[in-house]
Amino acid sequence: MTRAQKTRVEMPRRNPKERGADFKEVALGLDPAMAMAEAERCLNCKHKPCVSGCPVQVPIPEFIQLVLAGEFEAADAKIKEKNSLPAICGRVCPQETQCEEVCVLAKRGQPIAIGMLERFVADQASLAKKSKNTEGSSPKGEPKYKERIAVIGSGPAGLTCGADLASYGYGVDIFEALHDTGGVLRYGIPEFRLPKSIVDEEVEYVKSLGVNVITNVAVGLTLDLNEMLRSGEYAAAFIATGAGLPYFLNIPGENLNGVYSANEFLTRANLMKAYLFPEYDTPIKVGKRVAVVGAGNVAMDAARTSLRLGAEEVFIVYRRSREEMPARLEEIENAEEEGIQFMLLTNPARILGDDKFRVRAMDCVRMELGEPDSSGRRRPVEIPGSQFTMEVDTVIVAVGQGANPLLTTRVEGLELNKWGNIATVDESGATSIPGVWAGGDIATGASTVISAMGAGKRAAHAIHEWLTSKRDDS
Amino acid sequence: MFKVLEKDLLAENIYRMVVEAPLVAAKARAGNFVMVRVSDVGERIPLTICDNDAERGTLTLIIQAVGKSTRDLVNIQVGDMVKDVLGPLGSATEIKDVDRVIAVMGGIGVAPMLPLLRAYRKQGAEIVSILGARTKDLLILQDEVQSLSDEIILVTDDGSSGIKGLVTDPLRERLETGETYDLAIAIGPARMMQAACKVTKEYDLPTLVSLNSIMIDGTGMCGGCRVSINGETKFTCVDGPDFDGHAVNFDELVVRQGYYRDEEEHSHRCRSIGGEQV
Ligand SMILES: Cc1cc2nc3c(=O)[nH]c(=O)nc-3n(C[C@H](O)[C@H](O)[C@H](O)COP(=O)(O)OP(=O)(O)OC[C@H]3O[C@@H](n4cnc5c(N)ncnc54)[C@H](O)[C@@H]3O)c2cc1C
Ligand SMILES: Cc1cc2nc3c(=O)[nH]c(=O)nc-3n(C[C@H](O)[C@H](O)[C@H](O)COP(=O)(O)OP(=O)(O)OC[C@H]3O[C@@H](n4cnc5c(N)ncnc54)[C@H](O)[C@@H]3O)c2cc1C
Ligand code: SF4
Ligand code: SF4
Ligand code: FES
Repeated sequence: MTRAQKTRVEMPRRNPKERGADFKEVALGLDPAMAMAEAERCLNCKHKPCVSGCPVQVPIPEFIQLVLAGEFEAADAKIKEKNSLPAICGRVCPQETQCEEVCVLAKRGQPIAIGMLERFVADQASLAKKSKNTEGSSPKGEPKYKERIAVIGSGPAGLTCGADLASYGYGVDIFEALHDTGGVLRYGIPEFRLPKSIVDEEVEYVKSLGVNVITNVAVGLTLDLNEMLRSGEYAAAFIATGAGLPYFLNIPGENLNGVYSANEFLTRANLMKAYLFPEYDTPIKVGKRVAVVGAGNVAMDAARTSLRLGAEEVFIVYRRSREEMPARLEEIENAEEEGIQFMLLTNPARILGDDKFRVRAMDCVRMELGEPDSSGRRRPVEIPGSQFTMEVDTVIVAVGQGANPLLTTRVEGLELNKWGNIATVDESGATSIPGVWAGGDIATGASTVISAMGAGKRAAHAIHEWLTSKRDDS
Repeated sequence: MFKVLEKDLLAENIYRMVVEAPLVAAKARAGNFVMVRVSDVGERIPLTICDNDAERGTLTLIIQAVGKSTRDLVNIQVGDMVKDVLGPLGSATEIKDVDRVIAVMGGIGVAPMLPLLRAYRKQGAEIVSILGARTKDLLILQDEVQSLSDEIILVTDDGSSGIKGLVTDPLRERLETGETYDLAIAIGPARMMQAACKVTKEYDLPTLVSLNSIMIDGTGMCGGCRVSINGETKFTCVDGPDFDGHAVNFDELVVRQGYYRDEEEHSHRCRSIGGEQV
């Protein structure tokens, strides 16, 4: 049998018509036979190029060999050596620009489906765990070290850092401003792409390591970070407060009723479960014709959520071309299949309202691609005289998020860069305040789940080394 | 979970509740608010911190039960729990060094006014308070306002207590007769604040207002609470809730507050039907 002849496994997905009407997960996952067949394609390369494409260096060939052997729980343990949230990463990593991009088989367009396998392994392990009913497992004993560490923000960066610090032997408190954990995993990424039961499971896993999670605490407001350190209650801190500040377009009409930031729209739908209104109290309104401005993951999520909330026509309005769309490939395909319409090389100029201050239309201009700009992408320029009006009753703005200023503007001595992100002085995320590290979107600007996790791991390691050297000195 | 320690009825549908929240109580300042979620299916709603006792670890909230969430909140019994309380949120009010303050408050607006009156009192300012309501029975916290003011003027729509008319009537009268103030503070329904600002604008009297936009997270993350201040977009929850009243686009605030009115009614209807079946 020649391995190279086999083609890449396809993810079974629910049919677009059916899935577009509810919030259940779109991708169904591989079954063991499919996973093992895919694992068989892996060449188990000695130099492991795929691993270098993963921001946390998951031991990819090793776990795939365990899948091939049918040892799914061992494969899960293998992944968890590097990645404590595989069920999430398998679902949301932009694999095509990370691990799978550098797989040797990618040259022929058939990279190993690393993300699908990772998801499969994690889901299998979770099933196995449930059937064993390890519920109520023995409570964690006292931490090995007496130093406690404060982690601020319970998104992927904070959860990962907390988990690693607990594993090193520290007492950890994760503080979260919202009433629930997970950061963007909870309030941003919709149920149909990342079921919240999986986020719950991963958070439970982190807690099972001894991490204490405290919601309803906004550090900077409820507690003062410098006081927490000065009082000696905490020996170190990791800030992972994310990129929670929604950008707007700054065009006329943006405060009309019917204009949402993607953050508001998705928070209502996901965190507050407005799609289950009136069973849940928070309402959400979506009209018949929805324009979503932007073409990243956030825009795709907002568009597909609109569709599921009953919109008849949903448009992605994006000023560059298809090639530049920043969303994950899989989500662009999913959106297209579900009937989302793409209006590319189109830029909104103004939102128009009716006499009741509600959106009725949006003026746009057509664009063409000019010379490359500083980011290396060809800059979109307006085509003169190309204005047109599209009739819409809802506009969702998904043009990016900036650094969340809630904490950063309230901690004395914390240096920021010109974009308002926390300025880090080294790879591990050390900041201008001794004993304080930062990572994830608050340090890098809006990025990915897995890079936030990588930052959490590096900071945990650095904090451990720093405290160890302090202990040795004294 | 946050325990309810006290609950009193102040007027029809208006309650005073004391809630245990030690971390918030230790940090709260005049102008701050909390986001409250009653239960696992609840909305997050903003409520002003009317008073805080750092030693006892408590917050005093004054709640007007106008809809589903506020009704669920005031139905919690003493000794029972509120699911979530986050705060203190918002920018604390900057207490200016002024001599004479005229404070105009309507309806539930008395609640957010109290901490400001206390702060200005402490700072030594002379305070004239105009307290308004639809009718006598809805005038709340009169004694508290009285004790913090040098003079108090009561106004009701129907004349059942004090002057018959609107709070802007005595405000205009005072300014017309040449009395001078350094600062006006107006807190109440948006249209009341707008009317008060229209009057004070004529006399170039700086006026502070506290805006009650619809909020979701209350931490600056969603932009749902945005308001136009001098034509510039601000987020009420982090940039406010206090703003220069002469710079606020009140018409926009009012329409934005009304965006979910149909859904709010739906929520009441569904729930009350459900409630009867239980
Ligand atoms: C809609 C959407 C879809 C996305 N899709 C993908 C995808 O498919 N794949 C992918 O890789 N990435 C995706 N991303 C990006 C990814 O989610 C983020 O890069 C990642 O979540 C960043 O993690 P973080 O831990 O740095 O911050 P966050 O996940 O933003 O978490 C920060 C947490 O800190 C809390 N916080 C903030 N301030 C305070 C404070 N003062 N005190 C206490 N807590 C505080 C916040 O409430 C929040 O819970 C998406 C993002 C969005 C918005
Ligand atoms: C910073 C801030 C501080 C506040 N402080 C207090 C307080 O101390 N005490 C208090 O009783 N209320 C206060 N409010 C108002 C309170 O948050 C709302 O009354 C509450 O959210 C209504 O929720 P509901 O589900 O009970 O009513 P809903 O069913 O949501 O609404 C009932 C009616 O009230 C209107 N409404 C809804 N939200 C608001 C709002 N934010 N402002 C004005 N009208 C609204 C609706 O349009 C509807 O007509 C404050 C609001 C803000 C923004
Ligand atoms: S964590 Fe993400 S990038 Fe790393 S191997 Fe898994 S899917 Fe690939
Ligand atoms: S590069 Fe591709 S084929 Fe080689 S070990 Fe990694 S996943 Fe397997
Ligand atoms: S309530 Fe979300 S930004 Fe103010």
